[in-house]
Order: sequence, then structure tokens, then C-alpha cells
Amino acid sequence: MLKDIGKNMNNFKQNLLKKRYNAERRFQWYGKIAIGLALSFLAVFMFQIFSKGYSAFQKTWIVTEVHYDKELLLIDAENPSKDDLENADYYDVAYKAMTSLDPGLPEEEDRQLIQMVSYKYETEVKDLLLKNPDFLGKIVPIKLTASDDVDQVHKGNYPRDIPEKNRRVNDYQLQIYDMLNERGDILSEFNISFFTSPDSREAELAGIASSFMGTVFSILVCLAFSFPVAVLAAIYLEEFAPKNKFTDFIEVNINNLAAVPSIVFGLLGLGVLLAVFNLPRSTPLVGGITLSLMTLPTIIIAARASLKAVPPSIREAALAMGASNMQTTMHHTVPLSMPGTLSGTIIGLAQALGETAPLILIGMVAFVNTIPGTPVDPAASLPVQIYIWSESAERGFVEKVSACIMVLLAFLILMNLAAQIVRHKFEKKWS
Amino acid sequence: MSKIKAENVNVYYGSKQALFDVSIDIAEKEVTALIGPSGCGKSTFLRCLNRMNDVIEICRVEGSIKMDNLELNSRKLDVVRLRENVGMVFQKPNPFPKTIYENVAYGPTIHGIAQSKEEMDQIVETSLKKAALWNEVKDRLDEIGTGLSGGQQQRLCIARAISVSPEVILMDEPCSALDPIATAQIEELIDDLKKEVTIVIVTHSMSQAARVSQKTGFFHLGKLIEFGPTDKIFKNPDNQQTQDYITGRFG
Repeated sequence: MLKDIGKNMNNFKQNLLKKRYNAERRFQWYGKIAIGLALSFLAVFMFQIFSKGYSAFQKTWIVTEVHYDKELLLIDAENPSKDDLENADYYDVAYKAMTSLDPGLPEEEDRQLIQMVSYKYETEVKDLLLKNPDFLGKIVPIKLTASDDVDQVHKGNYPRDIPEKNRRVNDYQLQIYDMLNERGDILSEFNISFFTSPDSREAELAGIASSFMGTVFSILVCLAFSFPVAVLAAIYLEEFAPKNKFTDFIEVNINNLAAVPSIVFGLLGLGVLLAVFNLPRSTPLVGGITLSLMTLPTIIIAARASLKAVPPSIREAALAMGASNMQTTMHHTVPLSMPGTLSGTIIGLAQALGETAPLILIGMVAFVNTIPGTPVDPAASLPVQIYIWSESAERGFVEKVSACIMVLLAFLILMNLAAQIVRHKFEKKWS
Repeated sequence: MSKIKAENVNVYYGSKQALFDVSIDIAEKEVTALIGPSGCGKSTFLRCLNRMNDVIEICRVEGSIKMDNLELNSRKLDVVRLRENVGMVFQKPNPFPKTIYENVAYGPTIHGIAQSKEEMDQIVETSLKKAALWNEVKDRLDEIGTGLSGGQQQRLCIARAISVSPEVILMDEPCSALDPIATAQIEELIDDLKKEVTIVIVTHSMSQAARVSQKTGFFHLGKLIEFGPTDKIFKNPDNQQTQDYITGRFG
């Protein structure tokens, strides 16, 4: 009887019960503390990256006026054609646009003003006119990319109170900056060029387009090589291969392969793909094949696990209907195992996505300032880009590193999400 | 008339012997029940009849099993052709996680039995009707088979088995996962089916064996202790062990 439950409680029993409750409570607390610690590490890590990196998504512009003077542009024609504008000389016009910010500056000091914008400012002056040919002969406002030093000053990342000789921005430049800022001629806008530009030695111009495309191509190549091989290997080993010492040996080795440090695969790529097969260096093709060696065991293991998870009753049902081994496998087992295989594949690819070491060895660490259009063009990849930028001394690259990590993390989260969705949506229930 | 004739069948799982010199004659268009306590080898014997033991790697079958004078226990036999003619229904309902239609159409598809869509529709309908399931599912043939109730799933499995018009159907405790009503439906079905096919059923329920079968075989510890007409086995068995099992003294 439940209401008599308290009747037979002597002291000893009561103590025992109390101990049991306490032990459980303590254990729950240990668990909570462990989870809390893990979460706080994650929070610190995320805060670090976001607080450093968010400013990279803003770009600083300096607004000035440019006079598209026909004489200075050396244009003779009355109605200049596109070619005339293309071939005009923009040096003086651009130079004047910048020096007009402080007309009193002696000529020999002009570098100080020019250094406040990116070295590509002449091209920006040219591009504006090419886009708007009717600006010819007029004085118009123009936005010029601020140099990374001014950019960092504007974002408050650059200390202004250290001695002038230790500063990359001198007092005069700070004075000009303050004047412009007061006039509202320093603009801060969303940094589109971070996503559309390839890498550059100048922090204000550097973007992730090249490394992003390199990553996408590498992953596609990796998928194309590893998925078919891994799935066929898994199906053969799980459904057809006799169980003997040799297949056991293969299984052990596949598991070992999954634990091999990735840099070893990089050496393999260097020694075999580049040295023996002479594939083009620094390309996503080689990177993808190298990564696929790494992904292969992951996919094989995932595929075998999900083939094993298909209930034997389904195989028996098909076999008893007179389906051959091949038909049983292809009609029933493999389709039922696909959700697990696919999510395993995506997770394997997500691992490959974050891999740096093997790519460095096969030369994807090269400075690439073009955007690759095919897998055989030289490219970097996102993790390697992070590595390259973190080596750079300029202050402007610090925020770029964090921003690049954010993009990589977003990519990873998207892929893991895809794996979850694939698993939940396509998983079939059997009784 | 004898449909299947087994002589001196010995089965080994690795070094462990599971069946000892089993010889049995299974008559055509009759229901033969195999009874006995758990682990006595009755399912093992059943699985010899459509070579499902091939799936178990360590399993070895010796002896002769002839169906219509064709040796089943031979390496040369094409098991696909054999299983087309010997269907099987399992203990746990195991429809494919596909639609009801696809479940029944699977056998005819892989064996090339139907020439056209109309013919296939016809086969699916007849099979489901024979399995007494048609009225319950005719409006939802494109629903997933695993969504049906346990009894319906088992009848779907029977429909799937008879879709290729086998000569023999093996049933391995087909009602052990079902409630009494579903069991009664399956038993009625067995009664109907025996007009056209030979049925071998393994069952734990002695009353079921008594109800549905014409012949009964009693297995114990891998040996066929007694085999004969169901009436005789249940009312007047020759063997003391059979007597004890039937009256519930062990097992």
C-alpha cells in the first residue's frame, strides 16, 4: 500500500534514501556545470570573433569633389567616344580631387593626402566617369575608398594617443580626417567589396571572393570524387563482401584512415597529384581530390552505419519475394539508407571545408588576386585565407580575419543544418 | 500427394547442430503445422524450404529436400526461381516502407509477371482480395504500407506473398504479433488459401495448429518427434513427449 510507505522507515533506511536523493542531485549539478562551462567557452569565442569582425562589414569612404576637366584629361574630341574616355589620362584629375581637400598644402607634402585613400583611387575616378559620361566637364562629388589606416581610425580601432612617430596616421592626416568627419564627408557603408573582391595586399581592398569560390569548387570536386567511391565501397563491403579476415582488415584500415592527420593527406597530394600526375598547382581540383581522400573514410563509415541500420526484416522480405541480392540492395536497402548516408556525407564535407593543412601543402596558400572561374584556376580557400590574413601585419587585416571566420562559420552552420534537414525529412519510419 | 519430401535433413549453425535427421512429407494443397517449444528447430526447418538459411553465413544444410522431384538443397538451384514459387510470411509483419500498391506489385514487377499497367492493377486487386484486405484499403492504395494496423500489415504481407501465385507459402508464426481478432482473420484466410496452395505454418499456439492444419509435426530439440494427421496428434499421439507437450506439461 502506498500510504503505508512511511511506516517501515527506520533511521538506516531513511539515511539510505537521503543519500540516494543527494547523489542524484549532485550528479545533475555536475552535468549542469559541464554544460554551462561549454556554453560559456562558446560564448567567449563567439563574442571575440563578432566584436572584432563586425566592423569589417562596414567600409569607409572619403567624399571629395572631382572636376572632370577636358584639358587635364587630355581629351581633344568635341564629342568624345567611350574609347576616348577609356584612354584619357586621369592622373591629374584624381590628384587634384584629393589635393583640393587642403589647397594650402605645399606640393612636396601631397603624399600625405594621397595616402589617405586607397592606391586605386585613380581607377575609381575613372570608373565614375565611364559610368556617367555626361559628368565630363562638370564638378561632381565622388566617393573614394579610404586607406585602411583612415578606415581603422574611423572605426575607432586605431589609438590616436600614441606618439606621432609610432603612428601610421600622422597628426596632419588626423586633422584632415577630423575636418572631413565634421563636414560629414566620411561615409561608412556596407562593405560589398568584401564579398566581391579577390584578395589584395591592401586591407581596404581585400575581399573573400577568390577564397570563397575556391572553397566552393574544392567542395564540389571533393563531393564528386568521394561520394561515388565511398558509397560503392560501403555497399559492397556491407551487402556483398564475404565476412573474412581480409574484409576485417579492410574495415580496420578504413577506420584508421579516418584518424590519419590531414597534413599527411596534403603530403600525399603533393607527392602524387602534383609530382606524378602533374595536375595544376594551387587549384581547387587538386585541393578537392586531396580533401576527398580525407572525406572518403567518413562517408564510408556513415554509409555502412546507415546500411546496417536498415532492419534485416526488410532484406528478408525482399529476398523471400525472390529478389536477388542486387535487387534487394538497390530497391530497398540503399534507398532506405540514403538519408543517413547523405547527412554523413554533408558532415564529412563540412569537415573538409575547415581543413587548412593539406591545402597549404598543395599550394592553395598562394596569393591569388583573381576570382577563379573553374576548378583548374588557382585559388585560395576560406580557412587558408584566414591563415594568410592572420599573418599580415596591417591592422586592417585583424577585422578581416574575424569576418572571414564568420563567413566560414556561417557556411558550416548551413551545411550542418542541411544534414539535419536531410536526416529528418527523408528518414522513413518502419514498424 | 506429396509436394515436398525432406529426407535426413541436418542443419548446423557453425559447430552447433540445430536439426537432426528430419524427414517429412508435406502434402499438396494442405496445411501442415509445425509445433514445438522455442528453439526446437521448427523455424530453421521452415527456412530450409525456401533456402532463407543462405542468408545466415555460418549455416550449413545437409540432406535432401525435394519439391516436385526437384532437389532444393543443391548449389545449382536458382534461389530466385525457387522463392518465386515458395512465398514466405514472417513472424513480425514486414511490409516495405512503400505504398500498399507498390508492396503488392513488387513481386510481379521483378519477376516480370504483368505485361501492362492494367494487368498489374488486376494482380494487385486479386491479391488484396484473396488476402481479405481489398475492402479496407481499396481507396488508399497509395498510402504507405507501414501505416496500417498490425493485422492489416500482416494481411498485406500475405497479399504480397500470393501476388506471384506461389505453389507453396511458408508462414513463420504469422499471428504471434497479432490480437485475437486479427488472428481469426488470418486463420480464415489460411483456410481459403489452401484450396490453391500448399501451406506450411510454424506456430506456438497449439489451438491454432488444431484449427487450421490437416497434418502436424512436433519438433523437440532439433528432432521431429512425431508427424501425422492433426486429429491423431492432438487426440491420440504415439509419443509420450508429444502427449506431454500437447497437454501443456512442458514447453
